[in-house]
Amino acid sequence: MFDTLLQNLLNALQWGSFYSLIALGYTLVYGVLRLINFAHGDIVMVGAYIAFFISSLLLGQYAMPAFLPGWAVLALTIPLTMVLTSLVGVTLERIAYRPLRRKGANRLYVVITALMAGLILENGNLLILGASRKKFPEMIDKVVYKVGAVYVTNLKIGVILTSILSFIALHFIITKTKVGMAMRAISYDKFAVPLMGIPIDTVIVFTFVLGSSMAGLAGILFALSYPILDPYMGMSIGWKAFIAAVVGGIGDIRGAFAGGFILGTIEIMVVAFFPSSYRDLIAFSILLLILTVKPTGLFGVPQTTKI
Amino acid sequence: MKRFSVPILLVVLLTTLMGLAWFEVIDLYIQTIILFMGINIITSTSLNLVNGNMGEFSCGHAGFIAVGAYVSSILSVALFTKSKTFGAPLLPPELAAYGFPLVLICGGLAAALTGLLVAIPSFRTRDDYLAIITIAANYIIISTIINIDTIGGARGFMGMKRVVFAMEKCAEIPWMILWVFIFMVLSILIIRRYMSSTYGKGVEAIRQDEVAAEIMSVNTNRIKLVTFMISSGLAGIAGGLYAHTIGYVNPKSFDLLKSTEALVMVYLGGMGSISGSIIAAVVFTLMLELLRPLQIIKWVAIPLLLIIIMQFRPEGIMGHRELSDIFPRLKKFYKFK
Repeated sequence: MFDTLLQNLLNALQWGSFYSLIALGYTLVYGVLRLINFAHGDIVMVGAYIAFFISSLLLGQYAMPAFLPGWAVLALTIPLTMVLTSLVGVTLERIAYRPLRRKGANRLYVVITALMAGLILENGNLLILGASRKKFPEMIDKVVYKVGAVYVTNLKIGVILTSILSFIALHFIITKTKVGMAMRAISYDKFAVPLMGIPIDTVIVFTFVLGSSMAGLAGILFALSYPILDPYMGMSIGWKAFIAAVVGGIGDIRGAFAGGFILGTIEIMVVAFFPSSYRDLIAFSILLLILTVKPTGLFGVPQTTKI
Repeated sequence: MKRFSVPILLVVLLTTLMGLAWFEVIDLYIQTIILFMGINIITSTSLNLVNGNMGEFSCGHAGFIAVGAYVSSILSVALFTKSKTFGAPLLPPELAAYGFPLVLICGGLAAALTGLLVAIPSFRTRDDYLAIITIAANYIIISTIINIDTIGGARGFMGMKRVVFAMEKCAEIPWMILWVFIFMVLSILIIRRYMSSTYGKGVEAIRQDEVAAEIMSVNTNRIKLVTFMISSGLAGIAGGLYAHTIGYVNPKSFDLLKSTEALVMVYLGGMGSISGSIIAAVVFTLMLELLRPLQIIKWVAIPLLLIIIMQFRPEGIMGHRELSDIFPRLKKFYKFK
């Protein structure tokens, strides 16, 4: 019994890592722009596909012969994917969100645009690559360690460690660097910041770079763990990660990180002890309860409004 | 004359539609599109009440549609037809034509009660936190339906076509067009009257500033409760009509994608504009059907089109205005309160 619990807890950490990484991207953009970037889940999907093409290319499945060992391919794929995915995110910001922001459109119209952009990414992918699912290549051999009665794979450790490390890195960027300070300043007062000579658009682009590269990272890790890719894979995980970000207190990266792990743990535990079709029902009921008790999320601070 | 122009227009429209369907001038496909238009009008105007007029951001409208669809389908199938699940009809099938509107209203009431799931948390939360509650509510409703095996679970529920056939035994007229039309007009009327009542002024006040409204002695909790329940109740009626038009419901067809469709119609039409929502619902339904030959390209073309519309008209087709605000001369010809 205890072993099962421990094993499930480990699985929950892995599953929660995906949610955390995606929720971090949501919360970064939200914290700066107060924009729910509903296309974020689909950027994760795009990241997974980019990783698929880069790794297939490097492994010699296309015209190029293979000349690198598996681990080197992985080491190259991760940064390349993060860069390319962040390009996708920035492009989206540049062509879809920024013109609307300039026009001073209602915030919710930008949200609808984001939803539409997500649909375009999904269905555009379906249109270009066809409906067949892609099998993500295996780059490193799976190693299973046995600790007591608990089975640990190297992949699981890698996923959990990556998400924790990227959280620490993000936290460092936001609290210690100048760009991070500018990001916090924009979320504090969007109108005073440009007056202080801070290039607001550059900071916003940087935010999208950070958020989308997190999404790219989540995409690779997800594809490594569940190596079947399809165009709609990002949708449901994206919505759920957004819910996780809100439960943690949206706008605060500690909240997103914690919320991701909470949602992951609840989902895995429900599946472990109940029929799996109850997963959404129980998980979201618990989250609804959390939000009813603490309406601003776990780390969120109630906003004071002036009249 | 001014007072009667709108009712006369509506009656003429209804008789034309029913006549065309009766003499089979328009085939079943076009009839279905017209039905969908009516249903989408109910969906978009009801969501517009919460998202446009009250300024909240509800993204889980499909959940309430699902509740209405399931409750009214189960009731009508159990009452008027012989089915595997519920056995012999509880009432004589000849009553179907009279019982159907009651069944629809029962579905609406059930959906309104489910609206409490969102309305009560909305007392303390706002904005994006409320958005999340509505998304979670949508997931919870769908997941609950999937887990009830007697009503088909994930396989879906069918048999509503037999109810329509039972109605046609009473009198051979296109019943669904009649009901969709009546309920569409009713729901627009309810929303219109609600918005011009004292409660409606409160709704406008909440949209502009909730705290200030509360200080000015607007009972915000009560208004939110009533508004959410009306909105979700009308969505439930739309769901019941949808279920009986298609003849089959499946929990998967009420997921967040359906909610997204409703959101698109509201924001395309313009927040807080009833005529905008109606126009957007008609345009959107037509767009879905006209672009059907494009197949998969359709699902890229429609979002792209919407993004382009948003870029050029960031306030939607109508903005926060009604048709009579744009063409003031129209006011001479009709009075619609």
